[in-house]
Amino acid sequence: MNAPFAAPSPAPAPHARRPALDIRNVSKAFVVNGEAIEVLSNISLAVEAGAFVSIVGASGCGKSTLLRLILGLDRDYAGEIRLDDRPVDGPGPERAIVFQEHRLLPWLTVEANVGAALLHSGLDKAMRRRAVAEHLELVGLEAFAKAYPAQLSGGMAQRVAIARALANRPRFLLLDGPLGALDALTRLRLQEELKRIVAHEGSTALLVTHDVDEAVYLGHVVVVLHPRPGRIAAVLPVPEEARSDRSSPAFVALRDRVLELLGVTRRTG
Amino acid sequence: MSIDATARSDSPADSPAASLAPSRRATARRYGALRPDWRPLASFGALLALWFAAHHLGWIAAKYLPSPLAVVERLMSEIRTGTILDDLQETLRRNLSGLAIGAAAGLALGALLGISTLVGRIVGPTVLAQRQTALFAWVPLLAMWFGGGDTGKIAFIAVAAFQPVVIGTWRGISLVPATYRELSDVLLLSRWNYIRLVAVPSALPMIFTGLHGALIYAWLATVGSELFLNISPGLGGRLNQGSQLFEIDLLFLAILLFGLIGLGYNTLAERAEALLVRWNSR
Repeated sequence: MNAPFAAPSPAPAPHARRPALDIRNVSKAFVVNGEAIEVLSNISLAVEAGAFVSIVGASGCGKSTLLRLILGLDRDYAGEIRLDDRPVDGPGPERAIVFQEHRLLPWLTVEANVGAALLHSGLDKAMRRRAVAEHLELVGLEAFAKAYPAQLSGGMAQRVAIARALANRPRFLLLDGPLGALDALTRLRLQEELKRIVAHEGSTALLVTHDVDEAVYLGHVVVVLHPRPGRIAAVLPVPEEARSDRSSPAFVALRDRVLELLGVTRRTG
Repeated sequence: MSIDATARSDSPADSPAASLAPSRRATARRYGALRPDWRPLASFGALLALWFAAHHLGWIAAKYLPSPLAVVERLMSEIRTGTILDDLQETLRRNLSGLAIGAAAGLALGALLGISTLVGRIVGPTVLAQRQTALFAWVPLLAMWFGGGDTGKIAFIAVAAFQPVVIGTWRGISLVPATYRELSDVLLLSRWNYIRLVAVPSALPMIFTGLHGALIYAWLATVGSELFLNISPGLGGRLNQGSQLFEIDLLFLAILLFGLIGLGYNTLAERAEALLVRWNSR
């Protein structure tokens, strides 16, 4: 992984190319009290390089579990997950995640937290420092490099977590409901930032969320999951108009369609 | 006269407690749990008053209970012409040497136990069994191995200090939250970086609890070693001297010094712990 940016980046259109992330017939069960409980059932999903995929569903539909499988943290499942045509075998530097909680180490400064992601990168100290500074700048927190996590607001801490995830220039960015714990205003602001940052980095992003607006606004594609066991109900492409304007008819129509699929009907007249 | 006496004898014995008070108040304020700090002083004063009464009203024969004033006088004469300061120094040297050896061994083995499940499985039960052995049961064995002199004493203190440190370090490092371990996996941290950046800082409060325990145990063991092993320069030796020669003022003085140093250690540890907790959760 000497050249993390070797592949010609984003161009989010190519349908002919083979998918960067290929999930094939993945099923996953947990054993609870001696009984197998299926959490994911026969999930198949192909993600093009540079795409932003939103996965939306009620809690308990196995969204986070799916991300854990893609990360390689859990290898006990049926089916196949391939990255660039190679099966996933444990965590790797080309994948990064932002968890729902910021999960920063409270005893390290902001820059040390971000720098921790680069310890395995093979970069020398000066290059690591530059990468940390660049990514803190990207999330607008260069002034807080020496601060400790407890001195930051929830939104700032989550931005640091985003910087940490991106520091190694991963080609796959997994977002496990990273804005779910934030207040509404901060969430809206960070949605904008996330969109800008992911586009800037050219990563392939997988966002798991239960916020339908967020899913539609950020994704090129919205994947709707049904719960117990988690299975794909629909894969909906997002029109460019919906992605750029939250009040556009396209946005509203798609959002209502997703809500309907999730069993929440929105008929007001 | 007796009021005057109280005030005078109060000052040397009382000063550590008095200097402790503001910090305690500050700590209490910092954590929002306001605790009136006159209570410990009140009980201390009451005890002192009782002591005065018991001696001066003749409740207990002077042979068995010296006047507090006699103890202060003994301290003064000891400082001027006696050996008490050398004894104190000897005792502290012994205590700190044993503490350092025991704590270092405890940290090393505890870290190994916490990091390697294999080592934990093989050595862990033995360490736990060793903990169940009453501390003073080691005295005869260590006396045979290391002799009753300085080496034997330090060995005993080291054993005492080792126990809480090894347990605290082991538990602390093996109980790193699963979320942090998951993060370390995702960040592909090497084992060394995991220990340095995640495991040790996360375990620090528990390690510190172990060290705090070690401080107290080592002090107990210091007293014990000086009493049960060969008599040599040190506070324990003076304690023996006091009881054998019936120098009741010396006996009381030695006990008070042991108590005050123990209190000082404890205060030091508590303050360091408060600082550490603040640092750790900044």
